[in-house]
Amino acid sequence: MPLTREESSPLFAGTVAGTLRLLAYLALAMVLMVLDHRNGWTWRVRYATAIVVEPLYRLAGAPSAGLHALTIAFAERKTLTEQNQRLREDLLLANAKLNRMAAVAEQNVRLKELLDTQHSLELNVQLARVVGVDLGPARHRLMLSAGANNGVSVGQPVIDAHGVMGQVMHVLPSTSVVMLITDPAHALPVTIERTGLRTVAYGARDGDALSLPDIPMAADVRVGDRMLTSGLGGRFPPGFPVGTIRRVQPSATGMFLEASASPSADIDRSEDVLLLHDQAEPIGPPPPAVPAGPPAELAPAPAGQPSAAAAAVSGATP
Amino acid sequence: MSRHRLAVFWFSATLAAALLMMLVPLPAVLKPFKPYWPALVLLYWSLESGDRVNLGMAFLIGLFADLLDGVLLGEQALRLTALVFIALRFRSRLRFFPMWQQTLAVLALLLNDRVLLLVVRIFAGDGVPPPSWWLSPLVGAALWPFLFLLLDDLRMRLRIS
Repeated sequence: MPLTREESSPLFAGTVAGTLRLLAYLALAMVLMVLDHRNGWTWRVRYATAIVVEPLYRLAGAPSAGLHALTIAFAERKTLTEQNQRLREDLLLANAKLNRMAAVAEQNVRLKELLDTQHSLELNVQLARVVGVDLGPARHRLMLSAGANNGVSVGQPVIDAHGVMGQVMHVLPSTSVVMLITDPAHALPVTIERTGLRTVAYGARDGDALSLPDIPMAADVRVGDRMLTSGLGGRFPPGFPVGTIRRVQPSATGMFLEASASPSADIDRSEDVLLLHDQAEPIGPPPPAVPAGPPAELAPAPAGQPSAAAAAVSGATP
Repeated sequence: MSRHRLAVFWFSATLAAALLMMLVPLPAVLKPFKPYWPALVLLYWSLESGDRVNLGMAFLIGLFADLLDGVLLGEQALRLTALVFIALRFRSRLRFFPMWQQTLAVLALLLNDRVLLLVVRIFAGDGVPPPSWWLSPLVGAALWPFLFLLLDDLRMRLRIS
């Protein structure tokens, strides 16, 4: 084989044109990155090219799904029987609790009707399956097998049997990406169940935990306290379990207490999750209350529009 | 003609497989050890048949990889373009290195790639990653001889230049 020295790959010095081309491509990549960082193009492009991208995600998720199917297929009969038994007991317990709760719930509904509030205990949910795809460096993300075609929209809360998992962040036609509550960029308004203290739980910078960096020094927070969603912020409905406090200590500045908590949801083990459909309270102040008074038909027949207005003014300023 | 077509098919099949391998999740324990597959496969092709790979192609593959799994559009395009540029520039020397020297060169290239990624991340406002983040280039370099021999053997069998 004759060894010819190609122009494109010289032994010692490169060509200027090659370097210029490299610089052009690097500049183009940087421009793209800056534009994307400002405008978030990636997901728009992904949505536009979903017909190519989504099958690849499904294909990449196939090995983990296959592995799961294999573990079920080759699981021992004894293990499966035990699991079945445990699930039966859980179901029995849950049903018993539900039956007891039914009466209380009914009573609650009646009381709430009396109070004229609109909160409802019913859940409008949709089941979605987790697709096993490595979303690169963003490890606090999860891909679900339901998308815009299934009615998923950005901002929907995602829960599992034990608590809040996160919220939908990006939606493709038949898949969607969830930002977990353990993501450092996620903040969740919570209340401490025991004391009712309201604070905010952020994702911890290290590992799958939550951190509560700004609890007042005087607040009563103990290890083992449970946190619930507070419903403030209007994205998560109130009353869902979030996590349990694991450690409380004064912050480095000495101004606040810092707590770290472990999430109650099975963040990295769930295979099926629930997407909540009814959003929490609408954002903003509640609509103004309708002034209560005697019914309109009891009002005296107005003699004329001006006199009625005058009566109203005089009534308002005694 | 059909041999040429086979060559193009085989070339794109290895790259597509590399992109898929990038997407396949590993158990949480093994996650830091995951090598950057597209870089390894692209390196192989730029060393072994350098006229097939050029900067524009590396850029496009990087863009597609970003589309599949990336934080910023253009991040992997930048990394792969830089990687392929260095590999093509030193191709004549790298090709005739003994295997252990080539492996060391690949390790240096992959570490350079990680440094580039770190710079991009810090500019994008992310924090400094944990020490286990630097394991991936080591694993990539350790896998290089096997990947090289496997791909070279398959290439010889398929008689692709």
